Formats: sequence, C-alpha cells, structure tokens
Amino acid sequence: MDGITNPEAPETLAGYNFAYLDEQTKRMIRRATLKAVAIPGYQVPFGSREMPLPYGWGTGGIQVTASIIGVEDTLKVIDQGADDTTNAVNIRRFFAKTAGVATTEKTAEASIIQTRHRIPEEPLRADQIIVYQVPQPEPLRFIEPREAETRKMHALSEYGIMHVGLYEEIAHFGRITQGYNYPVQVDDRYIMAPSPIPKFDNPKMDHMPALQLFGAGREKRIYAVPPHTKVKSLDFEDHPFTIESWEQSCALCGSSESYLDEVITDDRGSRLFVCSDSDYCRTRRDAGHEGSGLPVPAEPDTTASEPAGESS
Amino acid sequence: MTQPSQTSDVEEMIQVEGLSKGFTLHNQGGIRIPVLENVSFTVKRGECVVLAGASGSGKSTLLRSIHANYLAEAGSILVRHDETWIDLVGAPPHLVLDIRERTLGHVSQFLRVIPRIGALDLVAQPLLTRGFDETAAQRRAEEMLERLAIPRALWALPPATFSGGEQQRVNIAMTFARDYPILLLDEPTASLDAGNRQAVIDLIVEARDRGVAIVGIFHDAFVRDAVGTRTYTVDSARKAA
Amino acid sequence: MIDRDMAPLLQVSDLSRHYGGQVGCEDVSFELYPGEVLGVVGESGSGKTTLLKCIAGLLPPSAGTVSFDTRVDGPRDIYAMSEPERRMLMRTDWGIVFQNPRDGLRMNVSAGANVGERLMAVGARNYGEIRGNAVDWLTKVEMDLGRIDHLPETFSGGMQQRLQIARNLVTQPRLVFMDEPTSGLDVSVQARLLDLIRGLVRQLGIACVVVTHDLGVVRLLSHRLMVMRGGRVVEHGLTDQVLDDPQHPYTQLLVSSILPV
Repeated sequence: MDGITNPEAPETLAGYNFAYLDEQTKRMIRRATLKAVAIPGYQVPFGSREMPLPYGWGTGGIQVTASIIGVEDTLKVIDQGADDTTNAVNIRRFFAKTAGVATTEKTAEASIIQTRHRIPEEPLRADQIIVYQVPQPEPLRFIEPREAETRKMHALSEYGIMHVGLYEEIAHFGRITQGYNYPVQVDDRYIMAPSPIPKFDNPKMDHMPALQLFGAGREKRIYAVPPHTKVKSLDFEDHPFTIESWEQSCALCGSSESYLDEVITDDRGSRLFVCSDSDYCRTRRDAGHEGSGLPVPAEPDTTASEPAGESS
Repeated sequence: MTQPSQTSDVEEMIQVEGLSKGFTLHNQGGIRIPVLENVSFTVKRGECVVLAGASGSGKSTLLRSIHANYLAEAGSILVRHDETWIDLVGAPPHLVLDIRERTLGHVSQFLRVIPRIGALDLVAQPLLTRGFDETAAQRRAEEMLERLAIPRALWALPPATFSGGEQQRVNIAMTFARDYPILLLDEPTASLDAGNRQAVIDLIVEARDRGVAIVGIFHDAFVRDAVGTRTYTVDSARKAA
Repeated sequence: MIDRDMAPLLQVSDLSRHYGGQVGCEDVSFELYPGEVLGVVGESGSGKTTLLKCIAGLLPPSAGTVSFDTRVDGPRDIYAMSEPERRMLMRTDWGIVFQNPRDGLRMNVSAGANVGERLMAVGARNYGEIRGNAVDWLTKVEMDLGRIDHLPETFSGGMQQRLQIARNLVTQPRLVFMDEPTSGLDVSVQARLLDLIRGLVRQLGIACVVVTHDLGVVRLLSHRLMVMRGGRVVEHGLTDQVLDDPQHPYTQLLVSSILPV
C-alpha cells in the first residue's frame, strides 16, 4: 500500500506528497540505498534535496526516512538518546504532519528509528530499521582533504593512513582518545564513519539484526550496513578497542550497563549520572528499578584553603 | 668471452691484445692525442710486470685502461675472472664492477676520500662482504695498518686530514687487506719514505710469491728491482705499430 | 655484492616522453642490477627529471617500456600493471626521495608516524613494533630520537630529507629513486647526507637511480653514470670512466667546468 493512492491513508498536510518528498526523489534515494546495502560501508552519492531545515539539522537522515517510510510504520526519533529534545520533537512532528504515521517513544514499538548520535540501548530486531544522521561521511577527511584522493583510497583499500591517525593519538596521549565517530571497518572491506555516536555504541553495530542506514544531506552521501554484517572498530593489537565505563550507575534507574550522561546539578560541581537513552531508563523505572537519585558531590578541592573564620 | 691464443690458460691472468687508446679533446678544436697503439702483452700468475717508459709514454694510460678506468678505442683486454676470460672492452658495467670487486685490485696515486669513515673502517668494511665476520675483518684491518705503520691514534679518524704518505698507506692497506688474484699498482710508493717503502715492498713481494699477477708503475728504481720480475716498455710498443 | 648472474632489476627500453611537440626525453635504454647506483646528470632542461618520473611510475611514457623484476611475478612492465598493483609496488618495493621534502612527507603528522605509515599501509597492527621500527630507522638516519613525535614542519631541510629517506627505506625497498636529494641544503649538511645515503645504500644492497646536476654527488654515490642533454643520453659508463675519460664533447665540457675547491 503506498501513500499516494491509498484512500485509507491518514490525513496529511495539503499540497505535500506523502512524507514530503515527491515519488521520483524517493525512487532515486531508494536506488542509492539499495546500492549502499549491496556494498556495505561504501558511500553512495545521491541527489540530496533542499529540505525545510538547514544543513546540519539532519536533512540526510530525514531524506532516507522519508524514502522508506510507509503508512504502517511507527517512527521513533531520538537526539543524543532522548525523545524530548527540540530536534527529536520537530522531526517526529514533521513526519506526523507529512506522512501521518504513528510515532512512539518506545524503542521496542518502533519500526523505523531515526537517530542523532546514539544507538538505543535496547537491542534492535530484524524487523526494524535504524537511520543515522551523519555530518561527515568520509572517515579519511581528517587527513586527506581531496575528494578525488579519498575515493581512490577507498577503491584501492589504501587505509594505512587511518592507523596513522590512531598512532598519532597514542604517541601524543598514551592512548587512543577518539571518543565518538570512531572509525570502523565494515565486512572486512570499507572503512566507515559511524556518525558521532559514542564509541560505547560501536559494538552494537556488529552483526546487528536490524538494517542500518546512514544519510548525510550536506555531503550528499548514503551508506549502509546490512543486517548481520561484521563491523569492527579499528585498533592496534597492543592497544585494543575499549568502550567507556563509569564508576557510577544511573541515578534514576540504577543501570550500570547503559551510556550515562553527566548532569551538573549545582554551582559547586555536584553531578548526576543518568541514562542517555530516555526510553531505556523509563522502561527500567516502570519495571521497578531504582537508582540512588542522589547527586554525586564534587571532589573536595585540596589546593584551595579557606581563610580562617569563614563558615561554609 | 674469447679464448686466448696460447694453449695453457691457467697461468695467464691478463691478456692485452692490440690495445689502442688516444684522447680527442672536442672542446679544444677536436685535437687528437694518440697515446697507445697496438699494445699487446700478457701477465702470468706470480709475475710482477713493471711498466717502463719515458714520462708521457702512456704507462699510466695503459694501467688505467686495464682497470677499465679509461675506455679502449681498439683491441681487447682479457682478464681471468672466476676461471673464465672476460674482455673488459665492451663488457657490461655490472660485470666490470664485479671484476673490480673480486678480481682486479687497484692502488691509485690518489686516495678517494669518503667523508666521516675512519681509516680502520675503510679497510675493514669491504672485508665484510668477502666472508669475514666483524671481528676477523677488524683484526685483519688492524694488521694491515700496523704493517704500514699507521699510528693507532689515527685509526678512528677519516683520512682526509692525513698527510699524503699516510693516505697512500691507507690506500695500500685497503687493497692488500683483500685477496685479489690481480693487482694494478700505480706509483704505490710515491709519497713514502724509505722505511715505509720497505713495508710496501714486502707486501708486494708476498703477494707476488703467493701467485698474484701484478702490473705496476714504480718510478723508484730500488722498488722496481725489489719487486719486478720483468719489464714491459710502453714506448717500444708504440713504435711497433 | 653485485652478482653477474642475476637478472636486471630494472630494464628501460627505448623510453621516450614528449610534451606535445616538446621532447622530454628520447630513446633512453639501460639496465640496472641489484645493488647498483646509477647517477643521471645533466643541466636544466636535459630531460633527467622527466626520465626519473617515467621510470619511477609517476609519468607514463609516450613510447618504450619500463620493466621491473617483481619479487612474485618476475619482470613486469610497470605501466601494463593495474594502478593498484603499481601503487602497492611504489609503497613497498620502491622508494622515491623528492627534491622538496614536502612532496615526500606528511607534514601534519609526527616523524614517527611518517616512518610508520608504510608499515601500517601493508597491515602492521602492533603499535609497539611500529614505533620500534620508527626508532630504528630514525637512528639509522641519525636523527635525534627526542623529535620522534614532532611534526616535520619544525625540522630543518636536512632533517626533513633524512626523514624522507627513513620513510622510504622502512619497507626495505630494492630500488630507490632520488631527485636532487641534496640540492638546496648547506654544503656541510649535504656532505653528511650524501655520506649517510652512500652508507645505507651499500649496507642494504639497494639499487638506486640518483638524478642530479652535481658531479661531486655522482662521484661519491654512483657506480655508473648517464649524461643527458637535450632529452638524450649522450654518454653512459662507469662513473670513474665517464669522469676521468669523457668521450662526448658535452661530457668533456661538463667535467672541465667543475670549479676546483
């Protein structure tokens, strides 16, 4: 059932095609997407359209979602793990208006999840699609500014330079410091930029049962990782890839498994650690889990000395 | 590779046949200076052939031609290398380099100075490719330098700052440290005093008695008599054209 | 060290390169054996740089072939190879030292990373070993190890050239091309660098093609010499023979023009 001729299609904004893009554009994007799925990790150029929001606000992800979404889909949109930030709300509303699709904040109920900078904690299923918003699709751009050259390097698998970047970090800082957008190799072939998700999320990409699609609107590239595909984060034998960990657990739900955000609660440096994935946290609380709820006080400042006679 | 005209080729090490060499100075109006014409002679193992002749007669030209430093214009220069005869005239460069490396030793009048390499290393390093290990190469180099009375204090220094005589002796040490079947010596004692001269004479005689084929230019009659087994006069060959 | 029974490492046949009606180089043929150093001298416009580019895989010739004895497949025409093969060859079995170090280095990564890059490009994945290799090579080219994490931008010209050499030699190539490796450097720096090159080339048995206008450089470094003029080779032979007994009028002119020190 398509969105154009189906008389039972929900009421959408007058004068706009289903999900905003015209059908020819959707067709072009689907073709690019099919090619991307057929060549895991390879960046497929596409004719990125003018969208009703500027570059840098997720136009690539929106175009991919718009091309795959149908009347029966349920859409979840998150930004940094949260459903309630401005961007997530706006994008969700956009699709509600132009496609009339059902929306949700629950990961388990969504068929399409559009995300900026996080992968949900809840493992995704084979009947789900995750669409990532990507600012810079080219992992080699940090060291090679020429597009002609990076294309050649991908074609010839000339990836030595990626490890040069990691080498430099170890040489200067003693360890690999790249914490987000950590480069990966897909299906033992293409090196890919996973978008600015924290490296904590990289392992979730490996052999994920869901289809992973990546859209970069400004750079005009679409790439993909098909279900159950090998995704390996780059590292050295003697400096293996590691993910972040916290001493604390989530103050709200008590989880010590999820990615935690640090929230400063007062001007003395006290902080709270809470799950970045708001749906995951709420689901755990609904199931009865509880965190301590208490802020962590700031470390005592041992260098400063209080003048005599002053009370705190 | 051509065969010599003699029947036994085991004793002969060098066979020069019909060698002609001149110089054409293109930038001086193209004048031609003939030097050698139709030179032929043979050198056997254990011989020390002294090249004689007046100054300018072509002794040095002949010696340098045998070393392939000068290009012959006509004739052949056969050299016994690895049990076969090779004609240096027209031989490919990598072959000539191999011959110079293993068969054809050469002491020239001038030490080619390599910056920063000490005298001992200059003598020892080439031995490493000749099957010597580092200790043995070092020891041999030390023996040579001692025989030639190079003071120990100079062994670590590059020879660029040595006196002419000292440089000459380092030159000789470099060549005699190795076992060449053929040696070409161009005024090896020119800058040496009597004492050092004797050390060099001893080295040459030892080599000669070991069966090395030697061709040399010695301006010093004393040295000539001490080392030479026969004389070849270059002048007469020229006139015999 | 030079084995006369070996096949030539590089065989250049009737190589010509034209730029429209202009002759870059014409009818150049020679063979290079393992461990040999070939000097190519000529004045500006002689065609020596064009020749170097053609034989180093950087510029396809208009005519003729360049054949390299690969480790795996024997002699191969380098321009008949696919681009990936040729690029791999240039990263492993060959080295190119450019006149301007900026053409041969990554200026925005550290010296150690510059040296390690080729190793990482062919699959080295142990940081400690890569760094160890970098330390070895920087020592061999006599660089201060304290600068291993510094950017080449902060180095002097001589140091940049030494870094370039280390970067190329780390994969132990059998053939290295050098384009005026010491031009523009101070005389004392030149001497040290030439000496280093001479030593490393001899020690490692590397075949080398050195393009230069400086006869002193060829006298020190090369076994053989080719003299070029107007795009053609006018004389070719052992270095000492060409310099001591030059046959061609142009060579005689060159040799006699050297200013005595």
